[in-house]
Amino acid sequence: MIVVNGEPMEWKEGMTVRDVINEKRYVFPLLAVWIDNSSVPRDHFATTPVPDGANVQIIHMISGG
Amino acid sequence: MEKMKVLAEWSYDPAKPFRGYTGKTLKVNVGDMTFESKDVSEDMKFKFTGGRGFGLKLLWDSVKDTTKWNDPENEIVISGGPLCGVTQYPGMGKFYAVFVSPLTDQTYDSNAGGHFGPLLKFAGWDAIEIQGKAQNDVVVVVDADAKKVQILESPFDDVNAYTVTEAIHEYYGDPKDINDRRFVSVVTSGQAAENTFWGCLNSSFWDSHRKTARLKQAGRGGGGTILRDKKIAALVVKTHDLSGTANNPADVDTLTRLGAKLHKEIITLDAKQCRMRTAGTSHLNEIMNEYHLLPTMNYKFGQHPDADKIHSKIYEKMFTQGISDGCWYGCTMACAKAVDGFELKTGPWKGRKITVDGPEYETAASFGPNVGVYDPAWTTETNFYADHYGFDTISAGTGIAFVCECYELGLINKENTNGLELNFGNKDDIMELIHRMASGKDEFARMVGQGVHRMKDLFAEKFGADRNVMERIGMEGQGIEVSEYVPKESVAQWGGFFLTLKGPQHDEAWLIFMDRVNKQLPTFEDKAEALHYFPNFRTWFSLVGLCKLPWNDIEPADNATKYPPQEAARVPEHVQNYVDIFNAVTGQNITKEDLIHQAERVYNFQRVFQLRLGKGTRKFHNIPDRALGPVWADEWEARAEYYDNELKAGGVDPAGLSSQEKCDRLQKIRREQWEKLVDTVYRRRGWDKNGIPTVKKLKELGMDIPEVVAVVEKHAKPEDQWKD
Repeated sequence: MIVVNGEPMEWKEGMTVRDVINEKRYVFPLLAVWIDNSSVPRDHFATTPVPDGANVQIIHMISGG
Repeated sequence: MEKMKVLAEWSYDPAKPFRGYTGKTLKVNVGDMTFESKDVSEDMKFKFTGGRGFGLKLLWDSVKDTTKWNDPENEIVISGGPLCGVTQYPGMGKFYAVFVSPLTDQTYDSNAGGHFGPLLKFAGWDAIEIQGKAQNDVVVVVDADAKKVQILESPFDDVNAYTVTEAIHEYYGDPKDINDRRFVSVVTSGQAAENTFWGCLNSSFWDSHRKTARLKQAGRGGGGTILRDKKIAALVVKTHDLSGTANNPADVDTLTRLGAKLHKEIITLDAKQCRMRTAGTSHLNEIMNEYHLLPTMNYKFGQHPDADKIHSKIYEKMFTQGISDGCWYGCTMACAKAVDGFELKTGPWKGRKITVDGPEYETAASFGPNVGVYDPAWTTETNFYADHYGFDTISAGTGIAFVCECYELGLINKENTNGLELNFGNKDDIMELIHRMASGKDEFARMVGQGVHRMKDLFAEKFGADRNVMERIGMEGQGIEVSEYVPKESVAQWGGFFLTLKGPQHDEAWLIFMDRVNKQLPTFEDKAEALHYFPNFRTWFSLVGLCKLPWNDIEPADNATKYPPQEAARVPEHVQNYVDIFNAVTGQNITKEDLIHQAERVYNFQRVFQLRLGKGTRKFHNIPDRALGPVWADEWEARAEYYDNELKAGGVDPAGLSSQEKCDRLQKIRREQWEKLVDTVYRRRGWDKNGIPTVKKLKELGMDIPEVVAVVEKHAKPEDQWKD
């Protein structure tokens, strides 16, 4: 199990950041991702694994307008 | 075009901008045909900064407590602000128009791109006030080349925007050089502004590539309705005194350096980020649909299977590519997309091939899913006629969506609509309604054009429609229609729309992702903090003459990794750019905290202004049920699992309840949350329980101007003060 933006989500073997984004249907292009408070560059989403138990923050970078 | 007859004329010596200001404002009264120049004091700059701030200050000095939109003393004040006209950095050509609105009976501010704001300043004026009512149609011209301001007899029988704008650009341009027309800009409206309260202000710029005049809109609030009520066919500004340093900035090197960096960001990153350069704001169409935020059938739903038909890739193909589409010089974001060679299928210009400005996202949604239509060509046609006739696509789209739901609920019928079948998706009859609204000859269309707030009264009175139902589904606040985002899933966005100064427009705060998706605002205090910071930050743009889009529709490549999440979402590097640009233009030395203070002064002043006009208290911060959550069973059933969980989170077991019962229970929970949000936000903003800024707050801000304090003291009650 992982936590994404405060909500539990089932973890799968080999899961990447991109997989999480796709499963959540986050299509907004300006996403910023932190795994356990470490940032993940946008061009590494497809290759960065998400470990079981991770706390993932996927921030949509549109705030206030 | 025949030579226009001079009715009144006044000579002036155009003041050169210095550090972003000319130090002069112009007042033109088209009723008594008078002209006046006023000085801008240092105190005025400190308290009001410029742009919308100057507009509000000048309007305050000119109206009475009882002034209504169509009183002669009401004004349209247009001002760009100290940064307006900068060409080194993208998005710096906006003006802000301020007036007492026909829709809301309080002050409204609405902004537009195009060249009017910058050219007005370079013609010598930090702001122009238009007051009075002419007897017959006039054209007001600020001609800095000739050093004259004139009121001319209008030659136009057809006052629609493209007719007037094209003719004026040609009239004032050098006949030997078609691109000399770029030194002219025109503000117009159109015949719909005479017959509806949704009149928009069109601001032109000459497109040297297309060799045609383009229009950008200060669409909201009914400014165009006031323009036509004053019998003004066009406001014109003309000057050749135009250069990259016309603002006379203190530090042009800093402007050049910051601009070059952002240009590079946009050129290299936009295609991977928001695609503003190719799709404009239509890139939001599919995104809003995916997140259940695309208003569909009067905001009943936020998503629809046919939304693929309005995907931005389709609009991208319609837009002419490869042309620099900035609406002011130096804007590499270039999101002012246009459809060229579009053949109109209806209306007075049927069969003509024209250039359509847009559609942008708001229009793609309002004259799209919100009225149940998924046809970009039809939306493009409505976009053209809205601009040409001079009405706001947001208010009109949301208003007609309300009409469609009333029609489908049987609250009004075909007899009431004078033969129109106004079901959602009935493109032909909705288009016919638009043409009827413009002509003003059809009584039902005239009712519609008064806006949702008044339609509720009119439909109840004339047709016996159920007032309570209309109150629940009418998407308006403070008298103006909601812009094109479904707010019902975000408590913070309830405030972003309905705890605003002027009504539900997304230019104060768009917090849905932060609140609902990112979960960055878990407590009411967090939401209140966002509803303090962002409305003030966004207000600042309106004081200085900026477009918001280059702030966060593009971001530096390392923004997402360089800063922690809360900070990154504000795009700190771009915020610092704005601080540095303000200092580089004005020679001041403000910080990012000062920036918020500048905005807060005007934000609170405008709140007191609404109070002075009989509004500005808690009872006007109302929110319809449809904005809080599902009203009807079919809305619930479209997202049953999601809403069942919402109900459980509110402590109610949905088992055994009908869908309608669930709607009603969730509404009750959310209404209580709304009241809590209002309290928390008012406290954070330094307002009392009734939503009135406290004298203490005004003193903190340096806005304890005696006449402002007097308004507060007249209305504030001891029982409305917070105890601690």
